[in-house]
Amino acid sequence: MDTIIPFEGIGASVRRKEDLRFLSGRGHYTDDINRPGQTYAWFLRSPHAHARIRAIDLAAARAMPGVIAIFTGEDMAADKIGGVPCGWQIHNKDGSPMAEPPHPVLAQGKVRFVGDAVALVVATTRPQARDAAEAIIVDYDVLPAAADMHQAQAPGAPAVHDDIPSNICYDWHIGDKATTDAAFANAKHVVKFELVNNRLIPNAMEPRAAIGDYDPTTDEHTLYTTSQNPHVIRLLMGAFVLNIPESKLRVVAPDVGGGFGSKIFHYIEEAAVTWAAAKVNLPIKWTADRTESFMTDAHGRDHITQAELALDEEGTFLGLRVVTQANMGAYLSTFATSVPTYLYATLLAGCYQTPTIYAQVKAVFTNTVPVDAYRGAGRPEATFLIERLVDVAARETGIDKIAIRRKNFIRPDQFPYQTPVALQYDSGDYFSTLDMAMKASDWAGFEARRAEAAKQGKLRGIGISTYLEACGIAPSAVVGALGARAGLYEVGVIRVHPTGSVTVLTGTHSHGQGHETTLAQLVSDRLGVPVANVDIVHGDTAKVPFGMGTYGSRSLAVGGSAMVKAMDKIVAKAKRIAAHLMEADVADIEFDRGTFRVAGTDKTKSLTDISLAAYVPHNYPIEEIEPGLEETAFYDPKNFTYPGGCHIAEVEIEIETGIVSMVNFTAVDDVGRVINPMIVEGQVQGGVAQGIGQALLEACVYDAQGQLISGSMMDYTMPRADDLAPVSVATHTTLCTHNPLGVKGCGEVGAIGSPPAVINAVVDALRDYGVRHVEMPATPAKIWSIIHANAPRMAAE
Amino acid sequence: MPQVTLTVNGKTHSVAVESRTLLVELLREKLRLTGTHVGCDTSQCGACVVHINGESVKSCTTLAVMCDGAAVTTIEGLAAADGTLHPMQEAFREYHALQCGFCTPGMVMSAIDLVQKHPEGLSEREIREGLEGNLCRCTGYHNIVKAIAAAADVMHGKRETIAAAAE
Repeated sequence: MDTIIPFEGIGASVRRKEDLRFLSGRGHYTDDINRPGQTYAWFLRSPHAHARIRAIDLAAARAMPGVIAIFTGEDMAADKIGGVPCGWQIHNKDGSPMAEPPHPVLAQGKVRFVGDAVALVVATTRPQARDAAEAIIVDYDVLPAAADMHQAQAPGAPAVHDDIPSNICYDWHIGDKATTDAAFANAKHVVKFELVNNRLIPNAMEPRAAIGDYDPTTDEHTLYTTSQNPHVIRLLMGAFVLNIPESKLRVVAPDVGGGFGSKIFHYIEEAAVTWAAAKVNLPIKWTADRTESFMTDAHGRDHITQAELALDEEGTFLGLRVVTQANMGAYLSTFATSVPTYLYATLLAGCYQTPTIYAQVKAVFTNTVPVDAYRGAGRPEATFLIERLVDVAARETGIDKIAIRRKNFIRPDQFPYQTPVALQYDSGDYFSTLDMAMKASDWAGFEARRAEAAKQGKLRGIGISTYLEACGIAPSAVVGALGARAGLYEVGVIRVHPTGSVTVLTGTHSHGQGHETTLAQLVSDRLGVPVANVDIVHGDTAKVPFGMGTYGSRSLAVGGSAMVKAMDKIVAKAKRIAAHLMEADVADIEFDRGTFRVAGTDKTKSLTDISLAAYVPHNYPIEEIEPGLEETAFYDPKNFTYPGGCHIAEVEIEIETGIVSMVNFTAVDDVGRVINPMIVEGQVQGGVAQGIGQALLEACVYDAQGQLISGSMMDYTMPRADDLAPVSVATHTTLCTHNPLGVKGCGEVGAIGSPPAVINAVVDALRDYGVRHVEMPATPAKIWSIIHANAPRMAAE
Repeated sequence: MPQVTLTVNGKTHSVAVESRTLLVELLREKLRLTGTHVGCDTSQCGACVVHINGESVKSCTTLAVMCDGAAVTTIEGLAAADGTLHPMQEAFREYHALQCGFCTPGMVMSAIDLVQKHPEGLSEREIREGLEGNLCRCTGYHNIVKAIAAAADVMHGKRETIAAAAE
């Protein structure tokens, strides 16, 4: 008999399975784990941005209470411990490889940013380890620092790495220079623009943590860590840093309290505690305090860009030229090099038919924290550039900002669309998302709202961003050819248990995205198993065969597709078993959400009938079909996926204070097929909050000596509830054409589309003040200065 | 070492602590109540909020020795003995007001205190301002604000259940 269950499949806003754990204090984060005999680590960190280490005196520290061991770079060098590697090699314009300096686990002779680790103290308690670290005496020869990209490229600049006097990591380009130059030569209008993409500090709410644990009886090392991709950490740390084979190294990333990219990378603390745990033969726990998070988690963005857009008389885009400098910080973090190249410059066509594009990107070393992927990674930088440039072009050519976008949009009938910067978009409908967002935000009624605000003495502005992004990264062969040192497939295992419950092993990792629910819905939809009976296992290299983790909005597009492939195999095998049990031909077996039927008859078997037969094979064609019902699939994506959409921001500025208030925000996104609308909406709202944070509040600030000024939550402005307004979210779906689910990804669209919408709104609000651009973040001080420096025309009248 | 005697979630504990031990360290490390989290060093994020004698307090800025004789409630002590969730917990789930879950315990504890202090009800703006001491990096607060409004209605008897309040 068929069992009727509520629909929990694709498209249902199923409430999240993981929430009961998190809401009752039973979440299991790295710092919640305690191993028997556990000790505690504290890292002594450099207070200088750039210095030579003359000597380290450990005598007093070693005599402190509770101290078990203290290690420095010398100890690691003696053990032939390598540096943490960079995962993507970029080539210069001339074909030569990028400069790739070593990144030692503990400093070797020199420190290169404030926070660079100099020594590791292991003690019985955390306060003891911290007290002992304070007793270490380091004799520093302080050097001048290259605190930003200007300083690093000035004549006579200090070299962050002695053998790279230019401080240039690479000088890379993409696109056709000659064709682009020709387009500019024939252009009616050329709009020139320079902008900064402000440096951000990710600030996931859970600080990073790592526990090293070594079992001498089996020679097995275990690392518990706050990671978005435990298998990647195992591969990088085992093969490149500590020389431990995968078979002897287990990496566990349990519940992780937010990542936003910052927990992708292999950090030195992970290698240090794993190595040291075996040295002292005791488990070692390290948990960052927030100050360490600020000065050691990889930062995001930090670009300086000059761009030029060529247009004809009617406003048709003819060509785009871009020169970008991207800050790498002091060392190359795991995927740092790919962000301003293949995740940025390849996006410069946006959703427009710009026929020719040429971009040059110079990556620069500075005495600052390494910079790497942060929610959106390259695509927010590209989108901010394009969408500001289009607004400026509209204003300077006198063409309406909506009309100029519509005129240049890639039309729905042009897909698949090949851009001049390598990508081929598979699907999209930028006209519909634009129309929907204009309607939802009451674009037509804006001038009345502006007039009303003016009566209250406020400046009201509206801003639009029509964006496209590329995620679900990407065919392994393609990224390999571009310099990636890893494949980017994903792994899914579907294990149907004898009595019909299902365990899924996935190589993706959930750190807020709700995979335990969304991925279970895929199984429910296909196999008809209630979501409650589907368990999603992730984050443990001892349980999951392999995986590349979660970033770049890839979990459904790549990880979900692997699950679909594995479920295809389950269904194929189950049909053969069903055919045997019902004495029918396998070709006559139909399957729909949990029920196998002999076509045209009322003979049926449930998935549980089949699984039970598979594990209790009494009446079973055992010579032809192996027992058991478990399948593994690896899925390699055929292309990126291309979400897109339209964000509209409305702001009000208080003239007396320069405070910018968000009054309305509308997002209409095409993320492909939506599995759980509630979760998609939440992802977009969260991404938009981070984008508004970038646009209005957040700025990482170093002083000229390389000291991190914005080094705490008292100095770095995190968006709070009262900084934000309700965000209206809607979706408009065009399906991805090359993955089996038709999904595109929703994790980053909010942070990608929103910053230019907000700044376009701020500039619009200031339209009477002769302002062409406002750099992010648009703080009250900045806006107040603009208002008071540019005597308003209306005041002068 | 000083001895502290306090009640946590209805159970009395007597614990020897260093005088510098913080309440959050006592809860997490001595009592293994790891639902209360530490997210910053500067009392900015609110992940550590618990109730002391019914009032929301940042346990990362409270010395354990200050809590001698106090009644402390943590996120682990909110649900009824039979597992029935507090209306605030239920509302957070119903409205998808959490993602990674790290800020959630402190957010829930703060929200309950906020609602209890305003029997007259809270506007959306007042809820946003009332969350001044709690940071969330995942949700953008949109759904947290909705969840608190729904829980407030139930806690003040304006609606019977969270599900009924759901839109």
